[in-house]
Amino acid sequence: MFQVRIHGRGGQGVVTAAEMLSVAAFLEGKYAQAFPSFGSERMGAPVMAFCRISDKEIRLREPIMEPNAVIVQDSTVIDSADAFRGVVEKGFILVNSTNDIICNLKNVTLKCIGATEIALEHIGRPIPNAVLLGSFAGLTGILKLESVIEAIKTKFSGAIAEKNIHAARVAYDKTLGEA
Amino acid sequence: MLYQLEGSHAIARTVALCRPGVVCAYPISPQTHILEGLEELIRGKKLENCEYLNVESEMGALSVAIGGEAAGVRSYTATSSQGLLYMIEAVYNASGLELPIVMTLGNRALGAPINIWNDHSDAMSARDAGWIMFFAETNQEAADLHILAFKVAEKVHCPVIVNVDGFILTHAYDRVDIPSQDKVDDFLPPYAPKASLDVNHPVAIGTMVPPEYFMEVRHLAHRKQEDSLAVIECTAHAFEKKFGRNSGGLLRRYGSPNADTVIVAMGSVAGTIKDAVDELNQEGGQFEELSIICYRPFPAEALRNSLKNAKRIIVVEKSLAVGIGGILSREVELTMKGCDVDVITVVAGLGGRNITKSMLKECFNKKSHEKITFLGLRNDIIGKQYVPINGDCC
Amino acid sequence: MSHLTIGNRLEKNVTAQSMYDRSNSLTSGHRACQGCGEALAARCILDAAYIATDGKVAVINATGCLEVFSCVYPENSWQIPWLHSLFGNAPAVATGVAAAFKRQGKENVRVIAQGGDGALADIGMGCLSGMFDRNDDVLCVCYDNQAYMNTGVQRSGATPAFSRTATTLPTGDYLGNDVQTGKNLPKIAMAHGIPYVATASVSNIHDLEKKVAKAIHLKGARYLHVHVPCPLGWGYPTSETIKVARLAVQCGLFPLFEAERGKVIKSTPINAPLKVEEYLKGQRRFAHLFGKNASSDALITLQNIADDNIREYALVGDPNE
Repeated sequence: MFQVRIHGRGGQGVVTAAEMLSVAAFLEGKYAQAFPSFGSERMGAPVMAFCRISDKEIRLREPIMEPNAVIVQDSTVIDSADAFRGVVEKGFILVNSTNDIICNLKNVTLKCIGATEIALEHIGRPIPNAVLLGSFAGLTGILKLESVIEAIKTKFSGAIAEKNIHAARVAYDKTLGEA
Repeated sequence: MLYQLEGSHAIARTVALCRPGVVCAYPISPQTHILEGLEELIRGKKLENCEYLNVESEMGALSVAIGGEAAGVRSYTATSSQGLLYMIEAVYNASGLELPIVMTLGNRALGAPINIWNDHSDAMSARDAGWIMFFAETNQEAADLHILAFKVAEKVHCPVIVNVDGFILTHAYDRVDIPSQDKVDDFLPPYAPKASLDVNHPVAIGTMVPPEYFMEVRHLAHRKQEDSLAVIECTAHAFEKKFGRNSGGLLRRYGSPNADTVIVAMGSVAGTIKDAVDELNQEGGQFEELSIICYRPFPAEALRNSLKNAKRIIVVEKSLAVGIGGILSREVELTMKGCDVDVITVVAGLGGRNITKSMLKECFNKKSHEKITFLGLRNDIIGKQYVPINGDCC
Repeated sequence: MSHLTIGNRLEKNVTAQSMYDRSNSLTSGHRACQGCGEALAARCILDAAYIATDGKVAVINATGCLEVFSCVYPENSWQIPWLHSLFGNAPAVATGVAAAFKRQGKENVRVIAQGGDGALADIGMGCLSGMFDRNDDVLCVCYDNQAYMNTGVQRSGATPAFSRTATTLPTGDYLGNDVQTGKNLPKIAMAHGIPYVATASVSNIHDLEKKVAKAIHLKGARYLHVHVPCPLGWGYPTSETIKVARLAVQCGLFPLFEAERGKVIKSTPINAPLKVEEYLKGQRRFAHLFGKNASSDALITLQNIADDNIREYALVGDPNE
C-alpha cells in the first residue's frame, strides 16, 4: 500500500488533490481511498488530506501517520503542521517552494518545485494542486501522468481543465528533467 | 459500473436510482453532500419526477417526507446529529404511522460540547424510535443499503435509517459500483402504499388511540420488527443474487471461525478491526470480527448463534450512555445471557477520536480489561479535570 | 347542485350548510364541547372547500382540540382524506402531500393544513413560515381561539391583552395577559408576500365560505385566519358563540379583510362600531376589567386597539363621502 499525505491551507485545493490522486489510481485499476482531515477549517487555515493506493481492497480507516509520500502545497505550514512527520524510509517529500527546504529525515527523496509560479504562469490562478500532482507522478512513478490528466478532467472542465493539464505536464517534465 | 466517488455522492446516485418522488433537504454536516448531490441530479434531469424541497429545519424535512409518503409517494431525506434530535418527534411519528420513509444518518456526535465529528451517539438516541436501522461498513455498502432499505421498508411498512459514518465514509473517495437503472427497477418496483390520502377512498390517518387499543398497537409494532428480521435476511440474499455482491443482511463474520475472541462492532470501524484481526491471527491469535449490519430490529438469535463458541466478546462501540456505560455491549450481554462468556465494553472514537489499528491490537491482546475501556483516553486530562464528588448530601 | 329552498332564502345566498346534500366533511358524533366555535368553523370551511373542489380536498391537521375531538380510535368524524401528524408540523406535512400530489399529477386535489393558534402562531411557526416562504401549494387555516384550549386554556402567542388564562391569572396589580405582546399571524403571513391572506369569523358564514371558495383554487401558499370563540376558555354561555364572534367583529377588535401579495385589498365594513365593552363584558376571561375593581385604563387600551384596527383597515367609511 502506498500512502500519501497532503498539507496546505484551506482554499488551495488540498482535498481536491487527494481526490484527484485517488481517481488517477482508480483509473489504473488500483484501489484508492482519499479523505480529508475532517474539520470545519475555513479559508486559509492549515488543512490535511490523505490518499491510500493499493492493489487490494483498502479497509483501514485510520489517518495516515506513516506516509510513503508527503505533498506540501504551502511551505508555511511545514513547521506548524509538522508536515514531514512519520515519512517512511525511501519515502518522498514534495514541497511547493522556489527555495530549498531543510529536512532532517534520512533516506528520503526531497523535491521542491515552484508550483504556485507554474500555476500562475499557465493557469492564471495560484492554485498549485494539479501542478503538484504532475510533479508527484514524475517524482514517485507511482502513477502515470496520463492517469493524473484524466483525473484532472473529472474535477475541471473546458479551458480551466486544459490549463491545469498543461501546467501538470510542465511540472512533470520539469521534475523528470531535474531528477 | 465502477466509479471512484465520494461516499455522499455514491449514496446520492444510488438513492436517485431508487426513484424517490419527494426529497427534502436541510443542511447539516456531515450529511450535506448527499442532499447537494441529489439536488444536482434532479436539476440535471438525471432523476425525473421528483420534488426537491429546501425546508426550514430538520423538523420540516422529515415532516415533508411524512406528507409525501402519506400521499403515496416514495420519500427520502438525510440528517445528522443535532438534526436528528431536532426532528425526533417526527421520527417517532413516521414509524407510528407506518410510513416507509428512508433516511440517511451521517453519524456524528451529539453536543454539548458541540462536535461535528463522527460517532454513533445520534443513532443511539433514536434506537427505540421504531425505525429499522442499518449500519454501513464501506461506501459500497452505504450505497447498496439504500436500495435494500427502500425494499424492506415498503415490504414491512416501517421507515429505515441507513447509518453511514460521518466524514469517514461520507467524505471519503472510494471505489463504488453504481448499478444500472434497469437492475434497480427490477429489484425495487414502484411504491404501493398500504393506505394513503385518496379522495376516492378517504381514510383518517394518525387518529388518537386510547388505552383500550394502544398496547396492541405497540405490541404489533414489536411483532412486525421481529418478523422483519427474516425479510431483511431474505432481501439481502435476493440482492446478492441480483447485484452479485454481499451487502446488508443481519450480521457479517470475518476471521478465524470458532475463535476465542470475537470483536463485535458496527459501521466503518469494522474495516480497521479486520486488518487488526488479520495481523493478530497471523501472529498466532484466535480472533474473529463480527459486524452488526441490522441494529434494529436487533438480530438477537443470529447473534447468539454466531457467538455461542466465543470465550470472550469485545464490543467496540462509538457511543456511551452516560450513567450506565456501553449501549451495544449491554444488548450483546443480554443476548448472551446464560452463556459462559465475558462481554467487554470498549468505547472508542467518541467525537471523532482516531481509532488506529495499533490501538485496537493492543486492546484486543490484553488479557484482562476494565469494566469499561475508553480507547485512547487521555489520562493526563482526566487526572487534572476529574474531581471526585464527596458522598455527602450537602 | 340541487337543493331545497327553505323560507325566502335566495338561491345565490344559500350557504353550504343549508344544502340538504352537504358533504358533512366533519360529520356529527364528534366530541367537541357544546357551542364550539372551532368545530363549527371547521365544518363550514371544509364543506365549502368540498363543494368548490367537487370533493377533491385533503386535510392535514395539527394536534389540538379539533384533532382530539374528531377522531378517537375506532371512531372518526372525518368524511374526507385526513391526516394528523404532530402539533408543530402540519404546514410541512401539507407541503409533502402537495408535492406528492403534484408528482402524481393530482394537483386538482387541494391540500389544507389546519390547526389552532398554538399550533401555528407558536410551536409550528417555523414550519408555517417555511411553507409560506417556498410558496407551497397549500391553504393553511388557523382556528384562532386565542389560547391553548386543548390543554386547559393556557396563554398562547395569540392571546389578547388583559385576557385571563390559566397561565395569566389576574392577581392584584396584574390584569392578565400583557399588552404589546403576542403575534399578529395574518400580518406575519402577509409579510411573506404570499398570494392570499384573509381573516374571517365564524359569525359570518357567507363571508367565510366566499373566502374559502376563492382561496382553495389559488395556486401557492394561502392563509385564512378564522376567529373561533371558545365557550369553555372564554367563559360565556354555549349558546352565544355566534354572538360573541359577531361582537368581536363589530367592535373592531377582529377586523375582516383580504390581502393579496402582502397588500390589503378589501375589508368588511362595520358601519356603526360598538364599544369594546359590549364584546368584553360577556366573557369571564375579561371579567376582572369590570365590577368593583374595574380598570378603565385597560378598557381604554383595548378600545384604542379596536380604534387602530378601524383606521388601519378602513372599517368605517368616511361619513362625508
